[in-house]
Amino acid sequence: MNLFRAIGLTLLFLLATLSSSGASEADLRGIIAKFATAKGFSEIGAVVHELAAIGDPAVERPLAALADGNLYVRKVDSLVFAGKEAGETVQLSDPLSGEASGEAAKDDITKIKVNNTLRRVIRDALGTLTLGAKDPAVRIAAADTMFKTPDAANIGPLDTAIANESVASVKALLEQARAASVLVSDRPDADKLAAVALIGARGDRDAVSLLTSVEANSADAVKQAATAAIANINSTLAFWDAGQNIWYGISLGSVLLLAAIGLAITFGVMGVINMAHGEMVMLGAYTTFVVQQVIRTSFPDLFDWSLVIALPLAFLVSALVGLIIERGVIRFLYGRPLETLLATWGVSLILQQAVRSIFGPTNQEVGNPSWMSGSFNVGQLAITWNRLWILVFALTVFAVLLYVMKRTPWGLQMRAVTANRRMAASMGIRTPWVDALTFALGSGIAGIAGVALSQIDNVSPNLGRGYIIDSFMVVVFGGVGNLWGTLVGAFSLGIVNKFLEPYAGAVLGKIVVLVLIILFIQKRPRGLFALKGRAVEA
Amino acid sequence: MSGRFFAAGADRRIAITIFILLAAAVIVPLLNLAVSPTSTFYVPSYIVALTGKYLCYALLALALDLVWGYCGILSLGHGAFFALGGYAMGMYLMRQIGSRGVYGNPILPDFMVFLNYKELPWFWYGFDHFWFAGLMVLAVPGLLAFVFGWFAFRSRVTGVYLSIITQAMTYALLLAFFRNDMGFGGNNGLTDFKDILGFNVQADATRSALFAASAVTLALAVFVTWAIVGSKYGKLLMAVRDAESRTRFLGWRAENVKLFAFTVSAVMAGIAGALYVPQVGIINPGEFEPANSIEVVVWAAVGGRGTIVGPIIGALLVNAGKSWFTGVLPEFWLFALGGLFVAVTLLLPKGIIGMWDSWRGNARALRAASIAEEAGTDADVTPPAKIVRSAATKPGDWSAASPEPQPAE
Repeated sequence: MNLFRAIGLTLLFLLATLSSSGASEADLRGIIAKFATAKGFSEIGAVVHELAAIGDPAVERPLAALADGNLYVRKVDSLVFAGKEAGETVQLSDPLSGEASGEAAKDDITKIKVNNTLRRVIRDALGTLTLGAKDPAVRIAAADTMFKTPDAANIGPLDTAIANESVASVKALLEQARAASVLVSDRPDADKLAAVALIGARGDRDAVSLLTSVEANSADAVKQAATAAIANINSTLAFWDAGQNIWYGISLGSVLLLAAIGLAITFGVMGVINMAHGEMVMLGAYTTFVVQQVIRTSFPDLFDWSLVIALPLAFLVSALVGLIIERGVIRFLYGRPLETLLATWGVSLILQQAVRSIFGPTNQEVGNPSWMSGSFNVGQLAITWNRLWILVFALTVFAVLLYVMKRTPWGLQMRAVTANRRMAASMGIRTPWVDALTFALGSGIAGIAGVALSQIDNVSPNLGRGYIIDSFMVVVFGGVGNLWGTLVGAFSLGIVNKFLEPYAGAVLGKIVVLVLIILFIQKRPRGLFALKGRAVEA
Repeated sequence: MSGRFFAAGADRRIAITIFILLAAAVIVPLLNLAVSPTSTFYVPSYIVALTGKYLCYALLALALDLVWGYCGILSLGHGAFFALGGYAMGMYLMRQIGSRGVYGNPILPDFMVFLNYKELPWFWYGFDHFWFAGLMVLAVPGLLAFVFGWFAFRSRVTGVYLSIITQAMTYALLLAFFRNDMGFGGNNGLTDFKDILGFNVQADATRSALFAASAVTLALAVFVTWAIVGSKYGKLLMAVRDAESRTRFLGWRAENVKLFAFTVSAVMAGIAGALYVPQVGIINPGEFEPANSIEVVVWAAVGGRGTIVGPIIGALLVNAGKSWFTGVLPEFWLFALGGLFVAVTLLLPKGIIGMWDSWRGNARALRAASIAEEAGTDADVTPPAKIVRSAATKPGDWSAASPEPQPAE
């Protein structure tokens, strides 16, 4: 899937370079310079045609400036500039690149005058220019602009473009743009009704805003049709909004799952409250940063692979630190969970300050590889690639962990120790090693969570702080010692949070979720999926 | 017999602590106000303000000690009660500014004018009276602790689960108080105070008075805690700490025992916050930060939990260390604090006072044994009973020879 995306991006890039290299910049400047010598509207019109004939999108800027009466000739050297009036002076800029080139007094420059006929010529030229561009992305953008700023004068160029268009999706957009232009023209009502139907079928927010203005400005049949279309679109949009919330919720849930899953293991299997868990996530994120720095300076070609390289390294770094913490501190505190909590909190302070001393307190920049940037649409849903990959990654980690727990000898030992420590020890399982490795595994998973989170969060020494309370909430809500509970807990908290946000706002939504969890724990003190047992204290 | 000896030793220690605090409440203001600044005995005003602040922290640590040391409830949200008490006092101080604020509005505090409030929110009514603010200082943290504890203890949320939800509570309050439309000044909190009870909060005399008030309150709190712990109810408290299920099986309502301690402790924390705010001149949502609440725990742990005097010593020592460190080696303060957490839990599980006690207990037992040996008779002196603080979480656990992890349930 990666490969396809990479190929697609390369193709797009090639297309873009092809279409923009239609004419050399010198040629364009040569033609633009003719504006200075052109006398009368017809000569200027000829220059416009000449410019448009080149078919380079770069001419859009000078032509648009000309149409708006913002193209000037400097009297001293007869150079052509785009300009913007600011009081008594005019801010000059290069007509092609738009770079500022100083300012001039109004008396030192001459405005190139245009009349309505010439304006229409320019508009048609511009329209055909962008609507006929080779790159479909440019045509789509043009159609989109025309849809948002409808003008009766656009109908002509759009008709030609629709006739010439071969790509069906672009053609549909062009037709919508034409419909929008029809609605603001003085065409007969029958045409307008057809246009309303066409726009109604588009069904997004732009369509609603356009139809709302149509509803306000027209009468009778058209007005009724617009009202009906708006109602129709709104009900569809409500559906998509719910979909969007669910997607955001799932996305937040995957982040929570990644952050909490390592905690679920250490807390569930060993009963250890690891307050330094967030710092393990942070170490993973910083490992990614270091890997990217090395790649940037030494192997820039490998940048797209940086996350893949960082994953095992982050796992190792965090697992090693976890192992040291377990052997050095936690092992002496077993059976005293509250003391463990304090000691690991101390460790978290030390780790934070160590990272702050080494890397500085500011945010470090971790880049997105190309396959994680950008987004795509499903209907009205905008889905960003990095969120999607994080979801996939979280589920993969979950699946791998589930496999380790259920299908490997190590997992069996871990479960045996959880179920009955003494008995497991009697059967020859080296419980101290299981503890140490379990803690290392939990920490390592926090480390690879850090790799993923570095893509969507600020990489700073405080990164872990933000996740620790949320991860505890997930683990406690889902039920300790149960990976499925963590999964359900993460996604339900994520979705509930995102559904509350539109009504309550982000902060209040979070507060409501916290309060709900506090109340929930009263009802089920051992979480959603509690391990069943007969112990007195349970 | 040994029990009475131990209690007698503790009584003397409490008496000495109360005496020192009361003496400080008289002497320090005198040395600040009546002694000329050139004298060697002069106590500068900033020292008065600083130690006053430490005494508030000590009160907070004592409040935590009541629930953690004597009842086994590790609250990671005591900073919330402290901050709520502080906000109640801050609101009174804000109303005292009157029309002297930047915007000169006689009713609305500056930040409300800034945020386009038209009238005072209903929950600000009454805070122009000191008695009302004082009532709220006690009532708001107390009520929150009562409601929170009533739910939590009744459904038997214990151990780390309780710690985590108390942390969630203070985190939720942190987020809430950061919001501008809560009406508590949002991010900036409440500050720019002018008067308290008509006296300028910046004046040396007021600062000395606040110091004396803090010292006297702390002495009072030490007495109250000692009285609670020494009563029959105190024994019940410790029974719940050491074996909650067993206490319940004997017919006691463990949840009520805990609820009382938790509420009293929250009220004490609230008072500490109320005394703290006029001395530092600001209260903002940062006080709700979960990290602050956890830091309080380490004060109590350093001094020795379950010892009344320990948390006070711990709070004073750690905060003095913090002031010194952040002045001299600001980079290393977090290393020192983190190291302190680890070292105290690993090496000094009973804190300074606890170590002192067991060391002295051993020394006494040894001396008594050697005297008895010289006299040629059997020593009738048993070493002082040690209080077992690592509560057995499950029946049969104390048969385990070495510490082992317990899976969470």
